[in-house]
Amino acid sequence: MLTIDILTPDPLSTLINILATIMMAMGGFFMIVGSVGLLKFPDFYTRLHATGKCDTMGQILIIVGCMIYQGFDFITVKLFFVSAFYIFAGPAATHALMKAAYFTGLKVWKKGDPKM
Amino acid sequence: MIAPFVIIAILVGFTTILCTYRAVFGPGTLNRIVAANVIGTKAIVLLILVGYIIERPHFIDIALMYAVISFIGTIMIAKYLERGDLCSR
Repeated sequence: MLTIDILTPDPLSTLINILATIMMAMGGFFMIVGSVGLLKFPDFYTRLHATGKCDTMGQILIIVGCMIYQGFDFITVKLFFVSAFYIFAGPAATHALMKAAYFTGLKVWKKGDPKM
Repeated sequence: MIAPFVIIAILVGFTTILCTYRAVFGPGTLNRIVAANVIGTKAIVLLILVGYIIERPHFIDIALMYAVISFIGTIMIAKYLERGDLCSR
């Protein structure tokens, strides 16, 4: 059953739930923006720009929301490790892909060209 | 509190479907690799959210493992495309 039980009798728990929901909603917004950029941008490099920023940001914000909801626990440390790994791994993967595309001679889109 | 997790999980699944278009029809190899990388990121988030939905947050171990595997796969494909071989002599 899907019930909206963000508001609880305990005010501190209510505050934690609202903060976690706001964080996860912001992460979902960044995920949507990254996916729309992946679909709509005209070039490989611009698509990489959209996904490399927005997707990392969205993932980290959603995980921070889960961390706030969980409280201080052993699981929070594991969530922190997932987030801290991706904050290094995402830009490294993006940089490697960009370098591979540049050295294999993929053309850069200029204004007025058709979509590639 | 389960409803925000369910809503965000459905939203992330929808964006995964959006990225699947680029993975299937994208022109060239590199566009497909970018789409696969993004889908890997979204899979990590979905694993964590599903772990909270079914109230078993130990799915995070699987998410951490999948993050490492996805990162190494992307790095190796990029290196192969750039140099032509994986182990340079």
